[in-house]
Amino acid sequence: MANAPTALVLKDIHKSYGDLAVLKGVSLTAYDGDVISILGSSGSGKSTLLRCINLLENPSQGEITVGDESLALKPAKDGNLVAANRKQLERLRSRIGFVFQNFNLWPHKTILENIIEAPVQVLKQPKAEAITRAEQLLEKVGLADKRNAYPDNLSGGQKQRVAIARTLAMDPQVLLFDEPTSALDPELVNEVLAVMKELAEEGRTMLIVTHEMRFAKDVSSQVIFLHQGQIEEMGPPDQVFNHPKSKRVQEFIASHS
Amino acid sequence: MDLQGFGHLLLSGTWITIQLALSSLLVGLVLGLTGAAAKLSKNRIARWLATGYTTLVRGLPELLLVLTIYFGGSQLLMWIAGGFGYTEYIEIGPFVAGVAALSIAFGAYATEVFRMAMMEIPKGQWESGLACGMSTPRTFFRIILPQVWRLAIPGLGNLFQVLLKDTALVSVVGLNDIMRQSQVAISSTKEPFTFFMVAAFIYLLLTAATTGFTMFMERLANPAARGNRG
Repeated sequence: MANAPTALVLKDIHKSYGDLAVLKGVSLTAYDGDVISILGSSGSGKSTLLRCINLLENPSQGEITVGDESLALKPAKDGNLVAANRKQLERLRSRIGFVFQNFNLWPHKTILENIIEAPVQVLKQPKAEAITRAEQLLEKVGLADKRNAYPDNLSGGQKQRVAIARTLAMDPQVLLFDEPTSALDPELVNEVLAVMKELAEEGRTMLIVTHEMRFAKDVSSQVIFLHQGQIEEMGPPDQVFNHPKSKRVQEFIASHS
Repeated sequence: MDLQGFGHLLLSGTWITIQLALSSLLVGLVLGLTGAAAKLSKNRIARWLATGYTTLVRGLPELLLVLTIYFGGSQLLMWIAGGFGYTEYIEIGPFVAGVAALSIAFGAYATEVFRMAMMEIPKGQWESGLACGMSTPRTFFRIILPQVWRLAIPGLGNLFQVLLKDTALVSVVGLNDIMRQSQVAISSTKEPFTFFMVAAFIYLLLTAATTGFTMFMERLANPAARGNRG
């Protein structure tokens, strides 16, 4: 994908909590259509890295570029970087879809209302148009009949599919998945992975923090292995899964397959 | 109901009580939301002010608040006005003093109810709003506050019941509410039992209506519990 335009560039991302350095300089480039899986044991900084991209977590150092727009950052009192321009942050966030481990659907809104909320409120889409689009997305994730249900009435797998539809409604340039199947019962994992696989095949740019090795191997264009806040190994899935150079990665793959 | 000619008096007293309770509720809710926001704010001074407010007010008897504001308030206002060269007598009416005292008390307790409710909302609810590109205020008003209501309404309903009964305290400074009007009736008819029973009955009606209204609001604030929508 190296000839495609860049969708997301992270440069030298650092993050510390007090004395604890969680990320120690992570750089990566996602080209349009890339599907990058981020692996690593717990505590390796995978989720933190993902959350730094849209500033849910404030990095201590680094640069973030979405498409050709660089996020303006300035140092805050606590030593972390915060957005220099609130409007720009909101605009870039609207172009970065984020799928949470715990779905974070809004329980007081119906499924349809969950999906049209941001398009109407942030992108100022006309409501009718947003509803039409939401219905298409619900169809796509196989939940057209749940439009008037409330999140509490859905299974975990259904909630996560709605969350993905909610994210897609913004038509984001990059999709970030933060362990999207980790909170699900095992029998519900596949329905979510199937949706994600479809998105990958459509050529959407995705960064996926996951523990689903087989899935990562199947759909990724690049696999990144994080260890103690640094990239231990990076490459196409065949290389990382079948011929890893790092001993740590070898052990990790062996213990997870 | 004629009640020896005092029926209309009690009716007007009931109306005053309702007005007093609703006005105090309205002002109290604003104070409570502000107090909770201040207590959860990053600003240390705001936190101190809110903590001072709730600690002080919750530690004082409501009757003392009513008397202090009614009698002390005039004195304070005149002292301030005197500084501007105004020397006429300023009086705070019993109604205004009542609303002030009751809403300050209600607000202090409501601060805690709102604060607890706000803390119950998972951080992820904020994050999913912000991650879509919504601003912080928009996320608060569209995503967080509706859920805060849902959690706070039972507690607020309780507080409103207490407030409704505390309105009787304002009769001591001469507000013509249910309590005072029934005492007026008693002093002329010498039938305390009858009129206290009537007053009790009216208060019960009002609190029962409050309970019903609280339940209605709970349902309104919790659409998910009503099941699927058409």
